[in-house]
Amino acid sequence: MSYNWAEVFRGVDAAAAVGPLATREERKRGWFRQLREGLTKSRKALQDQFSSILLDKFDEDLWERVEEALIYADVGVDTTISIVQRLEQAANAGGIADATQFLSVLRAISAEHFCAADTRIDVTAQPAVILMAGVNGTGKTTTIGKIAWHLKELGKEPLLVAGDTFRAAAVEQLTEWGRRVGCEVVRHDHGSDPGAVAYDGIAAARARGADVVIIDTAGRLHTQVNLMRELEKIERVVKKQIPEAPHETLLTIDATTGQNGLIQARLFKEAVNVSGVVLTKMDGTAKGGIALAISHELDVPIKLIGTGETLDALQPFDAAGFTELLFDESLLQG
Amino acid sequence: MTVPHTGCKLPLSRRAGWMTPPCARVAIKMCVLRHRATSLPTKEDMFDSLSDKLQGALEGLKGQGKLTEADVERAAREIRLALLEADVNFKVVKEFVSKVKERALGAEVLESLTPAHQFVKIVSDELTALMGATSTKLSFSPRPPTVIMMVGLQGSGKTTTCGKLASFLQKQGKSPALIAGDVYRPAAIEQLKTLGRQLDVPVYDEGDQVDPVDIARNGVAWARETGRDVAIIDTAGRLHIDERLMDELVRIRSQVKPHNILLVVDAMTGQDAVNVAQQFQEKVQFDGVVLTKLDGDARGGAALSVKAVTGRPIKFASTGEKLDSFDYFHPDRMASRILGMGDMLSLVERAQGAVDEKKALELEKKLRKSQFTFEDFLDQLEQVRKMGSLQSILGMIPGLSAGKLKNLQVDDRAFDRIQAIIHSMTSEERRHPEVINGSRRRRIAAGSGSDIQAVNQLLNQFKQMQKMMKQLGSGKMPKNPFQMMGM
Repeated sequence: MSYNWAEVFRGVDAAAAVGPLATREERKRGWFRQLREGLTKSRKALQDQFSSILLDKFDEDLWERVEEALIYADVGVDTTISIVQRLEQAANAGGIADATQFLSVLRAISAEHFCAADTRIDVTAQPAVILMAGVNGTGKTTTIGKIAWHLKELGKEPLLVAGDTFRAAAVEQLTEWGRRVGCEVVRHDHGSDPGAVAYDGIAAARARGADVVIIDTAGRLHTQVNLMRELEKIERVVKKQIPEAPHETLLTIDATTGQNGLIQARLFKEAVNVSGVVLTKMDGTAKGGIALAISHELDVPIKLIGTGETLDALQPFDAAGFTELLFDESLLQG
Repeated sequence: MTVPHTGCKLPLSRRAGWMTPPCARVAIKMCVLRHRATSLPTKEDMFDSLSDKLQGALEGLKGQGKLTEADVERAAREIRLALLEADVNFKVVKEFVSKVKERALGAEVLESLTPAHQFVKIVSDELTALMGATSTKLSFSPRPPTVIMMVGLQGSGKTTTCGKLASFLQKQGKSPALIAGDVYRPAAIEQLKTLGRQLDVPVYDEGDQVDPVDIARNGVAWARETGRDVAIIDTAGRLHIDERLMDELVRIRSQVKPHNILLVVDAMTGQDAVNVAQQFQEKVQFDGVVLTKLDGDARGGAALSVKAVTGRPIKFASTGEKLDSFDYFHPDRMASRILGMGDMLSLVERAQGAVDEKKALELEKKLRKSQFTFEDFLDQLEQVRKMGSLQSILGMIPGLSAGKLKNLQVDDRAFDRIQAIIHSMTSEERRHPEVINGSRRRRIAAGSGSDIQAVNQLLNQFKQMQKMMKQLGSGKMPKNPFQMMGM
């Protein structure tokens, strides 16, 4: 995976980085191992599924099991169909000789199903505006804290906007993140109009020369029409001040989400111009297969992976690395 | 035979013993997962209600006495797909489908039912059985306070659920207390305190620097001293593989010995729900499940898996941000939801609770005399609104769920606007809309803050509605009841 955070953002000058980037290399290996350990523990069932596959010959039963394995990873019906069909073609063409090869072909085909668009986060504008959206409890506020922390380390000055004026204590939670990161938080009272907070946030960023404005929004279910309209309104308010903004609209999706994630992403995309997905809570779940379904079916790049509560528990997304985690070697051991 | 479609070049014949030409199109679309790729359905039919799909698959079978093996096979595949799309764990699906097949094979089709209905009934019965036939209540300790401990993953909605449960118990005459044991998430304590203030329920906290085990123990003691009869402990969200935090739960459990441990599960959880539940079951042995976020369009298949794998019942269902949207879980209704058959029972219950019977009788009389006025209309609107948001009511009507609702987005504020317009009419105008001329229209528009077009539109709709009501009064039912509302 690409781990250099300076490469994660478009418009960041790596030379200006103030954080301990040098030590990042070491930490990443720790993270990778940790994540894999977590995954291994909870993917016993997936392993069973595969170990029984891989010793078999290519017959109906085998393909059904592969299907089930993918379904079990929350990849979803349509994307599963597409992947297994291509696998079958590869097998029929004689491209799969043994279990190891099977795994690598499966990974490669799965990786190709991810949307190929740029996975970097664009912060070239001054100020750049990032709008965060997502269903309740998917980790929007936490993700904002983490992104802000990385930006700060890379020498950018973030400014947080407490646009979740609905949930009890959401403003406090963001303020706490602001304190930890050491950046300013623009806030209004609980229950006030989120569009107005967004407006003030951008005005404040301009006045104080902040580089990146990150707007938190209240969690909303994609089925709540009025709340989705409110989100559209926030986007409009932002656009009125900066026509090109928001430069990024990131949708947080919980990695444990099932097929509903696909509907979530579709409806959010219809409401606001979602430029990328942040897959959160990837620690401990065997899956995140829904990310594959979303990226494939809705043509949206996955940009970041959240892996825990701590500030640095956010990783840039990489399709090859992701599929490696989704279907790793441990699957080959019975 | 080969499939006359683009895309898949694989001959279906080698695995398609079940397929016969007349039903090939339907069958291809809905059968074994891979086969669907040959004619990828649009999203709209993907979320068509299962009963619709079965209807299509089994149509023409009416009049036959029994379901044949091929029929059952076809329908079973459809069930499999529906369950997988509802995020029911694939192993549970496998077992379930084979059980349904067994029961459906050779089952007598009742006179009153089509084969499709019969099949749906079998599936629905089996689903309900799997989820537990009746709703189960909390157990209360004879020596108060009854201690309830909430556990679950991050973001599943524990803290909000604590508040909702407190509100629910309050309505049953209990005096609950909340204990803030989530010391990790920033502002979690603050969130619980805010909920406590809203509900007028005391909240015990010791800040975020104290061991949650101590907070729980002290909190329960404090609840006892202050005479509260239920103590609800909020705990930090944790991943089921985080051993340190899981151990913390075990320590809290052995310290305060809760009477109920409830696992909070997000209805949108995917296949992993089974792992989560199993891990929590292994470590803390929860007694029941609270299923949250059921107000989205998630089918909630996770609920089914959790019950099937751990044997623990779903006790509560939570549906919204408002603190009163919380109730006992009804397995039969959930079965309908998973199958996309709507939630007719809930709707009927809500309607019974909300609609004034006397008014309904009066209305019926008026209908017969065709004297339906704006005042009646206003009455009706208000009664419907008492049942909840229009969107949620529509969601409960069979055949109207998910996909179809997307095209039929109802804005509750449209109701406000209609009400405002009617409120701006004089009582004469309400009883005799025909007197409303141009100048009255202008006045009504100005009075209600809308425009003349909106007033005109409402008047037109009302006229149509009166016509429809006349038909209704004369015994002819309108085909689509929603036309009455101008939708």
